[in-house]
Amino acid sequence: MNAVGDLGRATRAELRRLVRWPAMWVLCGVWLLLNLTFAYVFPYLTYRDGTTVGPRAGTGTLESMLPDHAPVAVVQGMPMFGGALVLILGALAIGGPYGWGTWKTVFTTGPRRGVALTGTLLALGAVLVGLTIATLALDLTAASVVAGVENQAIVLPGAGDVLRGTGAALLIAAMWTVGGALLGALARGPALAVGLGLVWTLVVENLLRGVANLLTALATITDCLPGTVAGSLAAAAGALPPSDPNGSPGVNTIHDGATALLGVIVFLVAFGAATVGLVSRRDLAA
Amino acid sequence: MTTKHDEIVVTDGLTKRYGVRLAVDGVSLAVRRGEVFGFLGPNGAGKTTTLRMLLGLVRPTDGTASVLGEPPGSPAALRRVGSLVEGPGFYPYLSGRENLRVLASYTGLGEAAVAQALERVELTARAGDRYRTYSLGMKQRLGVAAALLGRPELLILDEPTNGLDPAGMADMRQLLRALASDGQTVLLSSHLLGEVEQICDRVGVIAGGRLRASGTVAELRGGASLVLRVSPLPAALPIAERLFGGAAVSTVDDCLSLAVEPSRASQVVQAMVEARVAVHEVRPVHRSLEEIFFALSGEGQEGVA
Repeated sequence: MNAVGDLGRATRAELRRLVRWPAMWVLCGVWLLLNLTFAYVFPYLTYRDGTTVGPRAGTGTLESMLPDHAPVAVVQGMPMFGGALVLILGALAIGGPYGWGTWKTVFTTGPRRGVALTGTLLALGAVLVGLTIATLALDLTAASVVAGVENQAIVLPGAGDVLRGTGAALLIAAMWTVGGALLGALARGPALAVGLGLVWTLVVENLLRGVANLLTALATITDCLPGTVAGSLAAAAGALPPSDPNGSPGVNTIHDGATALLGVIVFLVAFGAATVGLVSRRDLAA
Repeated sequence: MTTKHDEIVVTDGLTKRYGVRLAVDGVSLAVRRGEVFGFLGPNGAGKTTTLRMLLGLVRPTDGTASVLGEPPGSPAALRRVGSLVEGPGFYPYLSGRENLRVLASYTGLGEAAVAQALERVELTARAGDRYRTYSLGMKQRLGVAAALLGRPELLILDEPTNGLDPAGMADMRQLLRALASDGQTVLLSSHLLGEVEQICDRVGVIAGGRLRASGTVAELRGGASLVLRVSPLPAALPIAERLFGGAAVSTVDDCLSLAVEPSRASQVVQAMVEARVAVHEVRPVHRSLEEIFFALSGEGQEGVA
């Protein structure tokens, strides 16, 4: 049996257990709900409520809810809230089997640990592809409804925009998912990994960014954090920073698109390699 | 005659140290093809750590091991080994059958292998239920079913009867004997002396991380002895000492104890009768595995049943 064949079988096996995992569907469902709520429901209510007054009034808000803007809606929430949710997914997918004792069962079945772990990460990647496509479909549907209600022309986004928005969203989601997987491997369980991951994505990075405004030396470090490069990549794909009335939390313009893309890929690969290396080398004593 | 070729699990000075604690201390053993080898020891003796090293889950601090001629934990070895170590580990949200399907997917095994394994442990009727709803015994049986997937040459089972009721334990022992009859080699650990005595061809006794002895149960027991209830006892003692030597003769509970083969009973009875010593009872006595275990390990009786 060759390594490629083993990897294919491991990916199929892991996908088999992931798609039947209720926690995975809950997390994906929560993301879709949040995305719909913050990209369409709240902005539309705000738009209807105050078209003539207030900072969020005006046609800009409506434009952000039309179909040609849907790829941006896919990526705009991913640096922070979407990232936090998929980080939980990664932490549970790797940390959970430590608690259930299933890594022990899998690692004595036949494939090398590295192959089995890579299979898990690839299966998670497949889940994220599905989630990204589902998000785009949901956003296009919601945007079409808004356009219909507001008597606006339904103009679908160009292929380039779709590729840019969904590609950036997928990469950011993958980075956070594999980051969660690394935490799950480090903690050898889901609870601590999820807790630490959420504190990092939702609290620590934002606090550091706040302090970095006062300490310029710290700014260099915060510019290199996963959340920063993810936010810059989202901005490069069209998302607006929180300073804009239509902006989203976690989005920033610190890096240009190419630098942000490189940063996200570096973190993705580093997190993945660290996860596989750690689990492969460490004793499975419990 | 056993050749090196027949030894499919071989360890030499296998050692595992966790910090200052020595969990396994220089264990050297050999398991032969087709036998049921029992790894006997109290809780914490180092049985599970040794089995984990044989499966590649834990790396030895020192020493070497080979499983089916391959390094422990290598894919080449693991594909020919089925195992259940320290209790079953399955996805709680999947059914028993779906759990086995996931494992079978890793090695490209089909539905037939899954059905066969479930049938073998008599879990087919409940295979569609979620694992989290299973009783302890059913979980254990699913663990054995997972170990049986693909008919491995070697089964490494850590306390396979844990959690089973008496009937389940009897079934499991019968299954293990049947597997050995089919040519599968079984290496099992247990702290149940009776279990090891019933189903194992050979036994290794481990305590405090060290292998104290290994061999067949008969070899470990050594020779049996004879006990005679006679009167008067003082008159019988010199007769027995003349026949077998003073070292072989002792008194236990007002009985004469002779460290000789039971086949010599007629000889000693005839000598006693000729000397007008009344013989009320003659019985052979075998040392139990329990006695041997405690003699070898120096352990208290807790943890071993």
